[in-house]
Amino acid sequence: MSFKVFIFYFFSVVLLLAAVRVITARNPVHSALFLVLAFFTAAGLWMLLEAEFLAISLVLVYVGAVMVLFLFVVMMLDINLEELRQGFWDYLPHGLIVGGLMVVEMAMVLGARYTEAGWADLGEQVSNTKALGQVLYTQYVYPFELAAVLLLIAIVAAIALTLRRRKDTKYQNPAKQVQVKRGDRVRLVSMPAEKAKKGE
Amino acid sequence: MTALENLFGPAWPAVWTLAKIVAIVAPLFLGVAYLTLAERKVIGYMQVRIGPNRVGPKGWLQPIADGLKLLFKEIIVPSGANKFLFILAPMLAIAPAMAAWAVVPFSPEVVLADVDAGLLYVMAITSMGVYGVIVAGWASNSKYAFLGSLRSAAQIVSYEIAMGFALVGVLLAAQSMNLTQIVNGQQGGGFWNWYFVPLFPMFLVYLIAGVAETNRAPFDVAEGESELVAGFHVEYSGMAFAVFFLAEYANMILVATMTAIMFLGGWLPPFNVVPFTWVPSFIWLAAKVAFVLFLFLWFRATFPRYRYDQIMRLGWKVFIPVTLVWLMVVAGWMLTPAWVW
Repeated sequence: MSFKVFIFYFFSVVLLLAAVRVITARNPVHSALFLVLAFFTAAGLWMLLEAEFLAISLVLVYVGAVMVLFLFVVMMLDINLEELRQGFWDYLPHGLIVGGLMVVEMAMVLGARYTEAGWADLGEQVSNTKALGQVLYTQYVYPFELAAVLLLIAIVAAIALTLRRRKDTKYQNPAKQVQVKRGDRVRLVSMPAEKAKKGE
Repeated sequence: MTALENLFGPAWPAVWTLAKIVAIVAPLFLGVAYLTLAERKVIGYMQVRIGPNRVGPKGWLQPIADGLKLLFKEIIVPSGANKFLFILAPMLAIAPAMAAWAVVPFSPEVVLADVDAGLLYVMAITSMGVYGVIVAGWASNSKYAFLGSLRSAAQIVSYEIAMGFALVGVLLAAQSMNLTQIVNGQQGGGFWNWYFVPLFPMFLVYLIAGVAETNRAPFDVAEGESELVAGFHVEYSGMAFAVFFLAEYANMILVATMTAIMFLGGWLPPFNVVPFTWVPSFIWLAAKVAFVLFLFLWFRATFPRYRYDQIMRLGWKVFIPVTLVWLMVVAGWMLTPAWVW
């Protein structure tokens, strides 16, 4: 067994264990942290396939941003686990159907190439950032731009749905604040000195 | 060298890499130790004090004494804390701060891993540093720590976007994500060839976002000692606290080094003429890193802490638009003959 194969199996075992713990951990924060571990190990596996751009963007986007916000929300929630667990057996068939479908689909995609699958040896000089960029902005430019617009719409929609501007909140206008001159805030008053009256 | 190679046999590459890692990390920790002393001295003089001068000649042994003191102190785990995560959090903080150094080039040939996606790697690894803060705040079972970690999470995620866009500007100008090639792209007559000239707004954004990313004053709301006692590490003591401390300073040195490499020409001399080119390239890099670190200390001594909503406003409403606009400017500029970098 070569060292590369050993690394592959090590990462796979960690990935699977972490993925199982995501759904079995009692504490939602632990679940989220196991999901982070799962993403990170998956990135390690991609790195092994010399897909360094995908691996690093997985870490950058999912581990560095998405999961941070996810953890942010989960930490503040007070989740009653018993309530969540009650629906488990009802949802199990649905989950199994969806999961099974996904496995079948992936098998169909990968099945054709399964026979010739091996270690991808791309050589030293291929920068897959450049390769990916070239394909994305030439051959797949319309799907790529469409996906970007879709994401933008999703962002705008999410904000539009959740933004409630209360009328009674006070907020500042920094543009106005920085224009303030000294004269607007402080007034120097020249007063003659007062003499103390007798008896005071 | 060959004798050593024969001695270790097939394990030689691993041993050699390990030796190189030690050669990077050991000076880094020494740098961290003396950066703390430098900070206390610099801020001391800025406030017309002398700063630490008791331990060793002129206070030179102060960081060693501090380190020893923290080593021998007890680590107290608060009741109700999640013990495993409580201990794990400092490690999560320091591991990315050290792992990012793998791709940093110190001079034209000296780099541990000369990878093509170096810039992306640094961004990905440093973005993981926030987990140390978040996990520490949650696992401590303390309101102050938790509030500190929430603030930090929101702040770091916000500034990472501006920082990322600033880096996109650099990779646009250099047309490479390899850090060695980024420095080589700044070669020429002298300092006017460095990327801080065409990318000046991005240089400023990167520098300021770097201060925010490392939770340094004036963006240190995650610690905010006047409101949150000590923020996310309020429950930590002894070595566990020291590890957070080390991670913060290691991150400072990392951000300073990245600024030097990407905007200030890395190891290149400011004038490409004789007395300047005699100086070894590593010295130039160290000098630039020291300059940026001095700026960090200067900021801390000078600016009052930002209010939380103003930090968010600066990140989202000022920095991100500035970088987006300048990205367009640079992309257009590069198509014209006026682009000489």
